[in-house]
Amino acid sequence: MSTSADHDRPDFSFGDNESGSAASHPGGRSVYDRGGAVCVIGAGASGLTAIKNLKEYGFDVDCYERETGVGGAWNWRHDRSPVYASTHLISSKPFTQFPDFLMPDSWPDYPHHSQLLSYLDRYADHFDLRPHIWFGTEVVRVEPVDGHRWDVTTRSTGGYGTERTSRYAAVVVANGHNWSPKLPSYEGLDEFRGQVMHASAYKEATQLRGKRVLVVGAGNTGCDIAVEAGQQAAKCWHSSRRGYWYAPKYVFGRPTDQVNDRVLAMRLPLWLRQWLFHRTLRLTVGDLTRFGLPRPDHKVYETHPIANSQLVYYIGHGAVTPVPEIIQFRSYSVKLSDGQEIEPDLVVFATGYLPRFEFLAPEILGTNADGRPALYLNAFPRRHPTLAVAGLLQPDSGVFPLVHWQTVAIARWLRLRETAPERATSFAARIDTDAGRRFNRAKVKDSSRHWFEIGHVDYLRALQRTLDELETAP
Amino acid sequence: MSAKGGQVRVMRVKDWTHPVRAVRREVLTATPEVDEGKPPVLFVPGFGHGAWAFTEHWLEHTASRGFPAHAMSLRGHGGSGPAPEATLRAYTHDVAQVAASLPRQAVLVGHGAGALVVTHALARYPARAGVLVAPVFGGWGTAGVALLRNPVGTLPAIFGGRLRLSRRQLFSRELPDAAARGYTGRLGRAGKRAQWQLLTHREPEPAVGNPPMLVLGSPDDRVVSAAALGRAARRYGAAPLLFPGMGHDLMLDARWREPIDAILDWLDKER
Repeated sequence: MSTSADHDRPDFSFGDNESGSAASHPGGRSVYDRGGAVCVIGAGASGLTAIKNLKEYGFDVDCYERETGVGGAWNWRHDRSPVYASTHLISSKPFTQFPDFLMPDSWPDYPHHSQLLSYLDRYADHFDLRPHIWFGTEVVRVEPVDGHRWDVTTRSTGGYGTERTSRYAAVVVANGHNWSPKLPSYEGLDEFRGQVMHASAYKEATQLRGKRVLVVGAGNTGCDIAVEAGQQAAKCWHSSRRGYWYAPKYVFGRPTDQVNDRVLAMRLPLWLRQWLFHRTLRLTVGDLTRFGLPRPDHKVYETHPIANSQLVYYIGHGAVTPVPEIIQFRSYSVKLSDGQEIEPDLVVFATGYLPRFEFLAPEILGTNADGRPALYLNAFPRRHPTLAVAGLLQPDSGVFPLVHWQTVAIARWLRLRETAPERATSFAARIDTDAGRRFNRAKVKDSSRHWFEIGHVDYLRALQRTLDELETAP
Repeated sequence: MSAKGGQVRVMRVKDWTHPVRAVRREVLTATPEVDEGKPPVLFVPGFGHGAWAFTEHWLEHTASRGFPAHAMSLRGHGGSGPAPEATLRAYTHDVAQVAASLPRQAVLVGHGAGALVVTHALARYPARAGVLVAPVFGGWGTAGVALLRNPVGTLPAIFGGRLRLSRRQLFSRELPDAAARGYTGRLGRAGKRAQWQLLTHREPEPAVGNPPMLVLGSPDDRVVSAAALGRAARRYGAAPLLFPGMGHDLMLDARWREPIDAILDWLDKER
């Protein structure tokens, strides 16, 4: 199925196309050979920038998108979108926009999710990406064949129609990692008679209105939902397992990330930057334990930063009550670690997401028993040089600039393998030795929530070295 | 398009931490009667000029040949908002902003010092193509030539004053005096800091997306020497297209049609 203009779309009819031909699969299945084309999985922000940059490096690209529009997570109409009505960016514009396609000056520092979607729509149109995208098509299997080539089996979303297999020179996986909910297990949760939902199902404040709500999780989503519940619900408890650093969105009248990067640019040692950040938060937010929040058990930069100016405000107004972690669910109540028992009507688990690559055998990405893949620069797997993952990043800044440069690196790498294979070998060796290496100077907590945590400056410096090394002749 | 080369710059700390301040930007547009799918062309005027310099002839002519045509005024110029402290970085930002606001990947055409701004913008925006018309890349050599040809108009600019280009520098004798006087009377001035940066700026970074580039000008230009034109073209591995007998402001001079037709012919061929 296709929904966009078909004028530039590759002809998938078997045997009559110059750029590809029907080939026989070892299993007897018909396989359409797409020659040197690259397959991109997903047309969210990462997929779109992958298509654009691969095109810029002269590759033919086919992208498969399960939904009928671009935008991925940022398209609230999509089943797998984690976006809710009030979602705004938590990184300011300069850290969020693609470096070669600026967001309009007229937009605010922290745009709304609908602006993000319009930005991605414009990006797709501006660079004429839609003719490369097969909408309403999901990828069922991706299997290595013929040395370093890939058989990609697709079908229409929902499973109607027959499967089709096409053979590609390379595959870029950009299926996102914020759509498969990670649900915690608690004693008695099955017996609880109240309503339970994961934050992925939270869409708008009316779902909270008039209810007694317990929000679990102190990530950015958990804090946002707690703030909304503080305004809409009859009662809001906010449960966090540990203390966090809540950075306001503005300090000294400037977006906090811009102020933070001014300090980063001074190349001060980590301990000094942490001291400065602690000092700034002490001066602007104050002592969080005064509000009943637990004292952070770690230094800033050691967990994903939480940018929320409103949580402390609503706690200060009694609209949100911070509570410790849950010990046990009962039929109509929830027992907390400090011994108190509360009776919520609705429990919202803002407990994050886990990455899923159900179309790939786990060993291909070097995935361990917990589900964490081992990739160099969070993108390149060992032993499969023509496979890459785009956007598997949890940065302390916006992700679009990082994934832009990541996909430029992927394009350069694929091109260099063709044009100068002898130069490509040293990078292949580094993928092998450094897969799984973290790009963060701080000692990051080792939970699944922080698997893909990177410091954007450390990561971009590493990408700069990679891009220089993979530079191709014009 | 072939693979690009050159070292890209990933770290942009200044752009992240000191984003360029927003300002109202004038963009004038001429749309072709029929959309033939040709790329939009964005004209970037040089220092002192505004979008008006292209609305006289080139904008409509470009549209009449099927290209959506846009002309902008850099901040502090033409109908754009005032910006006395503007820098080359701010002008570059203006071009990258307007280019990204267009519905399709644009061709950037820069004239004079606007061509320098375009070369910087090409590192921030993957244009369909880049065209440099009588490019003023600055440096002390350019200042020396300008001082020799027009000492009274140029000297104050070295010390932060206004640069006053004469009619004879900008136009050929074919252009009627009244028209030439009218155009020079409309000239404004660039920001002091930007003017100074014209002498001291760093080399532009390589263009992203490896766009095809065209350089053109006149051997009789009394602002850009033929040698400087040749150097600018060699930077992109080509020779300049030359239009003898024309002044620096090719888009306003009497034979304005020849250079724009050459640009559009080249774009048609590049598509």
